[in-house]
Amino acid sequence: MGEKILMKGNEALAEGAVLAGCRFFSGYPITPQNEVPEYMSWRLPEAGGTFIQAESEVSAINMLYGAAATGIRTMTSSSSPGISLKQEGISYCAGADLPIFFANVVRGGPGLGNIAASQGDYNQSVKGGGHGDYHTIVLAPNSVDEMGNFPKKCYELAEKYRMPAMILADGILGQMMEPVEFKFQPVDPANLKKPDWSLGNAAGRKKRIVRSYDLREGELEKMNWARAKKFQEIEDREVQFEEKNINDAQLVLVAYGTSSRIAAAAMKMARDKGIKVGLFRPITLWPFPKKQLAKLAQRVKNFLVVEMSQGQFVDDVRLAIGGTAQVDLYARPAGIPSGEEVFAVVEKLYQSIKPAKAVKKVEKVKPAKKAKSPKKAKPTRKLKPVKKKTVKIKTAKKATRKGGRR
Amino acid sequence: MYQGIRISGFGGQGVISAGILLAQAGLLENKNVSWFPAYGAEMRGGTANCSVVIASEEVSSPVVSRPDTVIVMNEPSLAKFEPLVKPGGLLIINSSLVNSKPKRTDIKVAYVPCNKIAEEIGTTKIANMVALGAYAGLTGALSVDTIAKALGKVFKRAKPEMLELNVKALKRGAEIKI
Repeated sequence: MGEKILMKGNEALAEGAVLAGCRFFSGYPITPQNEVPEYMSWRLPEAGGTFIQAESEVSAINMLYGAAATGIRTMTSSSSPGISLKQEGISYCAGADLPIFFANVVRGGPGLGNIAASQGDYNQSVKGGGHGDYHTIVLAPNSVDEMGNFPKKCYELAEKYRMPAMILADGILGQMMEPVEFKFQPVDPANLKKPDWSLGNAAGRKKRIVRSYDLREGELEKMNWARAKKFQEIEDREVQFEEKNINDAQLVLVAYGTSSRIAAAAMKMARDKGIKVGLFRPITLWPFPKKQLAKLAQRVKNFLVVEMSQGQFVDDVRLAIGGTAQVDLYARPAGIPSGEEVFAVVEKLYQSIKPAKAVKKVEKVKPAKKAKSPKKAKPTRKLKPVKKKTVKIKTAKKATRKGGRR
Repeated sequence: MYQGIRISGFGGQGVISAGILLAQAGLLENKNVSWFPAYGAEMRGGTANCSVVIASEEVSSPVVSRPDTVIVMNEPSLAKFEPLVKPGGLLIINSSLVNSKPKRTDIKVAYVPCNKIAEEIGTTKIANMVALGAYAGLTGALSVDTIAKALGKVFKRAKPEMLELNVKALKRGAEIKI
């Protein structure tokens, strides 16, 4: 504690888990998260734990299922295609109410995709992921420091609510090096209280069963209602987010993970030019900071979402804001935007929203400018991409017209 | 203070470790730092590159798209990274291996015969350290002493005599003037 160490994101993630009391890891290699199992392969035995390189992802997640049922702190990690393979097992753990912890160091998809950073697994992560009616607690770090400090948060949340918790990172966060300071005392698993549902030596106590099914009439629905109540509680209590420069902001960038770093770079450039831009970053993606965004939208009328996917995260932002403000999107599916590139979008957008106070005027002026297609009913505004590549700006309906995109 | 750096060269020339060394040295001087490698299908003999940021403020984006300084250790890297240098920025060229001349006139260019100097000291393995020394000397962003200190932190198992050669290379590089 206290010392800043230069570490790769993947290594910080692994060390953070060990320091948080993880003593079991099973995984299967995949770029760009290979440093996690590599690190665990020597670090866990050193800490008295167990590392297993399984024969497949399916096997790895089911080993975790078993190990977690004994009430110890466990971990697995993978990258997109590998996490897809693990989803069945994750769903089983959710069904068995097991507090497993896993990390997805996202790469490009779908399919084998590529090995560069991406945020394409957003929906998979926040909407459940596997089959069935459940959620996973999702934390999205945006620095190596958070990669190192979030595993402990995940264990605590997972155990408090008896459910899977994950870290949603990406190739950049996994591969980059930054200083990390582990801001907690190392957890000695011997000091952790064994949960009252955990399996093990049953001598002298009633038998316990951990399973993900209940065939008795009506019992599963009861169970799912209980989970729904728990999920609501989490949404009320456990939301985490970060705001920067929002007090006087006329345009707020909304981004998570690596995108939030890039958005921050664009914000800095904008601020240097006197452009009033702020940044809103969800730290928990589920529970999503709905109320906080809705509150912000009472004052700020223009948002720009930056994400390294086609427009998944933006849906949740629009749901939260509910048509009370304009939400634009700058998307790079399987591309990594630069700060300059996002700044160019911000600058353009800012110019167009500046006279926003006189809303009626804007309405009149707008169609006149768009001489090309005056017949169009929808006021879609296209911002020209900064790069010729796969840049798309999607524009929601104007704030003045009620109703969101859906 | 903000320094965005890109280092590029053949896999095996030590561009990745040179970047780690810069980041570690920045950390030793209590700066905010980040390091990010190109981690595609890199291999020995292929090209490799990394981004390093050393800044007094928070590092926003770890991917350096408009570097203040670019160090190119081989020929293909020049064509790829010359256009990225910020106007007024610095381009350090390993003139032992790069024969082409940069076309831009709005940047400072330093020709450093890294391999030649490294060979004079004892081994071409430390050509990357000559380049780092030149970087330290020309920009003043970091002191050679700090980079030398960082060597021990990054290469924990290196032999002392090898570290000594590295320090020599750093110092020779730092003598380079434009």
